Amino acid sequence: MGTLIVLLVLALFLTAIFTGGYNKDFLDRVKTSKVWDWLTTVDHKKIAILYFMSGFFFFIVGGIEALFMRLQLIVPHNDLFVGDTFNELLTMHGTTMIFLAAMPMIFGLMNAIVPLQIGARDVAFPFVNALGFWLFFAGGLLLNLSWIFGGAPDAGWTSYTSLALNEYSPGPGIDYYVLGLQISGIGTLIGGLNFLVTIINLRAPGMTYLRMPLFTWTSFVTSALILFAFPALTVALLLLMFDRLFGANFFDYTMGGSTVIWQHLFWIFGHPEVYIVILPAFGVMSEVISTFSKKRLFGYTSMVFATVLIGFLGFMVWVHHMFTVGLGPVSNSLFAVATMAIAVPTGIKVFNWLFTMWGGEIRFTTAMLFAVGFIPTFVMGGMTGVMLALPPADYQYQDSYFVVAHFHYVLVGGTVFGMFAGAYYWWPKMFGKLLDEKLGKFHFWTFLIGFHLTFFPQHFLGLFGMPRRVFTYQSGVGLETINLISTIGVFGMTIGTLAFIYNIYKTFKVEAQAPADPWNGRTLEWAIPSPPPEYNFAQLPRVRGLDPFWLEKQAGNKGMTPAEPLGSIHMPSPSYLPVLMSLGFFIAGFGFIARGNYAVGILGLIVVVITMFMRSFEQDHGYHIEPEEIEDANKGVQA
Amino acid sequence: MAAHTHENTAPQNGHLETASLDGKNKVLGFWLFLGAETVLFACLFGTYLALRNQTMGGPTGEHLFDLKLVALATAILLTSSLTSVLAMHAMNQLKLKTMQFWLGVTVLLGLGFLVLEIYEFIHYVHEGHTFMSSAFGSSFYALVGTHGAHVTFGIVWISTLMLQAAKRGITTEMAPKLFVSSLYWHFIDVVWVFIFTLVYLLGKVG
Ligand code: HEM
Ligand SMILES: [Cu+2]
Repeated sequence: MGTLIVLLVLALFLTAIFTGGYNKDFLDRVKTSKVWDWLTTVDHKKIAILYFMSGFFFFIVGGIEALFMRLQLIVPHNDLFVGDTFNELLTMHGTTMIFLAAMPMIFGLMNAIVPLQIGARDVAFPFVNALGFWLFFAGGLLLNLSWIFGGAPDAGWTSYTSLALNEYSPGPGIDYYVLGLQISGIGTLIGGLNFLVTIINLRAPGMTYLRMPLFTWTSFVTSALILFAFPALTVALLLLMFDRLFGANFFDYTMGGSTVIWQHLFWIFGHPEVYIVILPAFGVMSEVISTFSKKRLFGYTSMVFATVLIGFLGFMVWVHHMFTVGLGPVSNSLFAVATMAIAVPTGIKVFNWLFTMWGGEIRFTTAMLFAVGFIPTFVMGGMTGVMLALPPADYQYQDSYFVVAHFHYVLVGGTVFGMFAGAYYWWPKMFGKLLDEKLGKFHFWTFLIGFHLTFFPQHFLGLFGMPRRVFTYQSGVGLETINLISTIGVFGMTIGTLAFIYNIYKTFKVEAQAPADPWNGRTLEWAIPSPPPEYNFAQLPRVRGLDPFWLEKQAGNKGMTPAEPLGSIHMPSPSYLPVLMSLGFFIAGFGFIARGNYAVGILGLIVVVITMFMRSFEQDHGYHIEPEEIEDANKGVQA
Repeated sequence: MAAHTHENTAPQNGHLETASLDGKNKVLGFWLFLGAETVLFACLFGTYLALRNQTMGGPTGEHLFDLKLVALATAILLTSSLTSVLAMHAMNQLKLKTMQFWLGVTVLLGLGFLVLEIYEFIHYVHEGHTFMSSAFGSSFYALVGTHGAHVTFGIVWISTLMLQAAKRGITTEMAPKLFVSSLYWHFIDVVWVFIFTLVYLLGKVG
């Protein structure tokens, strides 16, 4: 802890020195600096960028962990990363990718786009939104600090007990998992809550539920899933923390506990979680396919219905992860049927995408390529999903590479492709610049081929009996070539991702600003400048139907018809409290992890409580942007 | 600023808490939050019900629970829900003093409940029923303790709001905060009703 304080003070000194010496204007300089602006922002568009960038950062970290694992498995009896190190890599890879890469990228897109799509100036709770981001970030950082201080968690991303109990996982690894995820989970929960209220209460005049773009719909259902699924994780982590740190016996058989409780709680959260990360990708695909086919989304209403149904059924299937526990034939059969039922709404979606393209004027931009590549890839993942949903067959597949192949087809082929498609599609709206299409296509093809090369063979690895999560395999049992191919494929994905990074770098150097509507878009976000002004809409738009911007363009109008006269716009003020509160949680988490340092833990909690009081007593009336300023800004855009 | 113009006029539909957009957002957001809390408690209840017979030779619920004491605690907490309703009623009629009085009573009743609970826990620990003694102990204290922590939080929260209301009066900014805290209080009460039935009554039946 002492080291930490010394480091903090040192960092403060360095900023002071590098920004021009420590004197009276230091504080002023801090307050007008860019860094301070980003630390205290409550603007959903900036928070979106924060989410997106940190999500992408963790995506790279998780990717490197995956690369290391595949390098270890390239030949039999390899000794690059063995034993505990391999276990740490595989645990951190899964945990990072799900919680610290997929979730924030989804929240990034939701923040950037949902308020624009519903014609809102802001989210319902800008402060909570910022707090959600900083909590996620604090949790993610805490989790990754484990690599440096004391060793990473090593019981798998599912962290099953008893493996995750003190007896089998001594050392602080699992404590990092428990507290890091707890903190970032709270952030995610309040983030989801914010979007639910935003979508329910802040839709522009005329934006009825059945006129909401599909990305907004899927974000809505995802937020609802977050709201009802994450508390189960909260409880699971709480109980595991009690067991590990405070001597409770929830999962300890010798004291009457039960490890199956962990599995239930984890999967009651865990299965909805996989739909939390896939639904927004479905939404992105729907927008992209409709825009680049120049057609209204086929079967819009059935799409909405399918989304809601998937969300609902997502809560009824968790036991398909526990078929081999032995809960009995009745429960296994029921959950098998429920699981297979999910394939129906999913199929509806796939056909709707295909029919949207049918007869459309298709443009194969990078975003569209990712969307089109997604369809067969995701369908394959769905197929293996239905295979896994048959309990007798699952007894064979369970814990083999077949499962690994399944969930990478849905998670990478679905979520990651979706996020890439969304990035290429909405980049101009978020940053005001267009990503390079040529590099984009290179990115798509290398990534797609690399992906299939890596994961298609893994189906066979699984069928041939290779268990997942094991750091080596024998030679001479027919696994060498397949593993080799699988590892080679990783380089395809790596090159693709590097191309994406280079693309981002290149795009930032380009001068040319993106137009407001580069793709001939259909939804409200394309009716305002790229990037949008901080108040989004100078005048709230009047929505006349589905694809509102398209309708106006068809009617020969240049933009949306305003629903209100130009007036002064109320904006929330920035706040440093979200960062401070998250810091409190971070310190508390660190204190509890470094056992015996409960004083530090309590200190952190005190910081949290104090910031809560500060927030409660604060009277924040925000500020106003006057019509004159808005008009000036509008002229600037048109000139 | 809108907050102050409304200060002395009673809301038209009788609901000050949803008179502003901010208020509407807060109230809806809080209802949704209570949905999440419901899942949280459901998980704790599930865990407790699964582990409640794993006493590992320690005292059982049947032996430990004293229904008279628990009934008293229940009565106190249920009454505090009523006083909280009265406070909200006073708020919507812009009667600051009456509201503060009923909020004060609510807080005092909450404190009374907490004292009884702490007394009960101390008694249990003497009987050998602790957080670490068995899976039954762990799950019991996790469930009832989480509820107790919620009560504590509610007491601090409502007291804070009383301070703020004393300074600022009943405004469209204060009203949603007060309303939401009373929703929270009712929620805690409902959870307790379930604890009373599923922990104590069921525990007595065996
Ligand atoms: C048609 C839809 C789907 C079905 C029927 C299905 C079915 C299953 C089944 C039965 C398992 C358990 C396999 C086992 O452990 O033996 C499983 C695992 C998994 N599925 Fe799916 N799934 C579907 C879609 C998805 C989607 C959309 C995602 C994520 C975007 C996903 C992510 C996962 C993950 C991460 C696991 C492995 C969890 C682990 O053990 O680490 N699945 N799936
Ligand atoms: Cu599942």
